[in-house]
Amino acid sequence: MTREQFRPENHDNDHFLLTTVVGSYPKPKWLHRARDLFEDEDHDFDAENFEEAKDDASRLISKKHERCGLDVVVDGEMRRNEMVEYFAHRIDGYEFNGPVKVWGHNYFDKPSVVEEVEYDEEWLISEYDFTTDVTDVPVKVPITGPYTLAKWSFNEVYEDHEELAYELAELVNEEIEGLVEAGARYIQIDEPALATTPDDHAIVGECLERIVDDVPDDVRLGLHVCYGDYSRIYPEMLDYPVEEYDLELCNGDYDQLGVFKADKFTKDLALGVVDVHVREPEPVEEIKENIKKGLEIVPPERLTISPDCGLKLLPRDVAYGKMENMVQAAREVEEELDAGEIEIDAPTISADD
Amino acid sequence: MGISEKKILKPIMAYEDSMTEIVATTPGLYPLPDWAKEQLKNQKGNQKVDLIGGDEGEEIQQSYAEVREEFINAQQAASLDRIVEGQGRWDDMLAHPLAVNDAVDTQGIVRYYDNNNFYRDPVVTGELSASGDVADELEAAQEQTDGLQAVLPGPYSLADLATDEYYGDDASFQAAIGEFLAEEADHLPDVETLFLLEPSLVENAPEDGADERASEAIDTVAAATDADVVVHPYWGALEEKVYAHVMDADIDALGFDLISDHEQNVYNAQEYGTPDDVALGIVDGQNTLVEDPETLEERIEWFTDQTQQNDYERIYATTNTETFYLPVNRFEEKLEALGALNKTEVTA
Repeated sequence: MTREQFRPENHDNDHFLLTTVVGSYPKPKWLHRARDLFEDEDHDFDAENFEEAKDDASRLISKKHERCGLDVVVDGEMRRNEMVEYFAHRIDGYEFNGPVKVWGHNYFDKPSVVEEVEYDEEWLISEYDFTTDVTDVPVKVPITGPYTLAKWSFNEVYEDHEELAYELAELVNEEIEGLVEAGARYIQIDEPALATTPDDHAIVGECLERIVDDVPDDVRLGLHVCYGDYSRIYPEMLDYPVEEYDLELCNGDYDQLGVFKADKFTKDLALGVVDVHVREPEPVEEIKENIKKGLEIVPPERLTISPDCGLKLLPRDVAYGKMENMVQAAREVEEELDAGEIEIDAPTISADD
Repeated sequence: MGISEKKILKPIMAYEDSMTEIVATTPGLYPLPDWAKEQLKNQKGNQKVDLIGGDEGEEIQQSYAEVREEFINAQQAASLDRIVEGQGRWDDMLAHPLAVNDAVDTQGIVRYYDNNNFYRDPVVTGELSASGDVADELEAAQEQTDGLQAVLPGPYSLADLATDEYYGDDASFQAAIGEFLAEEADHLPDVETLFLLEPSLVENAPEDGADERASEAIDTVAAATDADVVVHPYWGALEEKVYAHVMDADIDALGFDLISDHEQNVYNAQEYGTPDDVALGIVDGQNTLVEDPETLEERIEWFTDQTQQNDYERIYATTNTETFYLPVNRFEEKLEALGALNKTEVTA
């Protein structure tokens, strides 16, 4: 168990429900403007200016997360434009040909793998270093997983997406080794593509085996999967070599909760307790009820509190309000647990599980 | 991945006295030019309520007219034999003909097959009748070109993509969708060819009874037009029983997606025969790797060689799927590859 290292020294309660975020946070408008200026050839706003803007935004959001009282923070992914593009720009073998449709007039610059993929410059180590410098609380690193990187790219080189995913898994492993060396102790692998093609869960498992190779035991590894039918990957996903599963359940009003009761949840659960598609902060009382749903699945020492997904599409004040209420709700549930006021329904897990 | 070159290095058995006409075409649903992606997003917005409802104002209509012109120019420049309108307006992809219909309520965003693409769930809430929306697009295209090819969703796929809250049971709904598409087809101006795109016949294959109804619905649509009707399933091959039912329909050509599953497709053609004409999906509509014309030629020759018992009058050479998945530069290069193929004489 790697959880205790994230318990703050001044934590008031005996129980500790680790609070964190999935990753992204709304970017300040001025950061979008800075990008526009940087991309505008007629303007003299250069790379150095743009870096400074990203540093400022990263500092701001890390501090905002800290101020909400989160136990583990992220910088809101201020430096990342998109969850595949960002990485593809840093991996040798990728090229970009232009935007493609996702739906309606929403597009994504889907990259093409045109040569064998190779590790080149670092992806997230400097982001981690910077965030650690500006905040006093532990930092989590979300990283897009190899299956999603493969699935959401055009593949011109490898036999199929599976082969590409395994090659990319080696690169993710290399990056994670670098992150661990830099001091990272909490890494979340994002695999949203798994939700769209659940039949590929064995490929994701094989990718994860390659990723965790040589990662020390004190590093907390999580997997984030969202907006899918979990019954098609559960309980098989419990065999993955990760400690925590970060799941989106609030958006569906916990209608998939039963999936996780049919078979014992033998790992840690990072439960989505606020909905990132509702444009107002849920009240503390409502979030407390959501947290208690998590206690039907796992005991408190295995429960992490988190939003459903990245917050980036919300207005900033709403995103902040949700995090603030989420932390308060977690602390109140901890107090009630300390006082013995909450009955824990989760099945106990023996050492044999 | 598609057919590798290794698998198709077979000698070509040419029939001395039979020439097959190769017709280079596409199933439409093109990617918007990049300028139009921006311009239309600004004019319309990018939320689900902002998408095409068939009642767009003059400014938006003008943007789409320019898009249409560009699509036609690109196909003419590539020397394609059939010209599609390009379906730039089809925000909801194959569900478009319902999405613009008065008897339909477009609701939540739902996944488009196994892709990272989404469309608005068209919920049929009243009796369907044709809107003439697709006919209007083709009439506009007709002012610019001849050799037009119409594109419609096949009746089974359109029913599969929609939600029925009016007709009550699958059989009535399938029949109603067939009638509806037949009425839309009847409104079309004179076109050379009508492609009916039927990916659901593969992706969500009809069970017993539904397969026969799907075939009857195809018949209903085909009977409404004088154009050559091509039924084009993709993302795999038809199950044998479904294949047999589709062969019962009165159609001119059947499509084979040789990119996603060439073996099962060629097996179907060997085992059950084909209509006089076939459409061969030989260019990958979902990958940026651009095939050269020689590769395309080899793919056609491989198919004809494997199915020598069939004597094709005409082969439509096409991308296997719609092409909106592609970035514009690669899309245009693929049109050119198909067009270049046409200049090569192929003996089958």
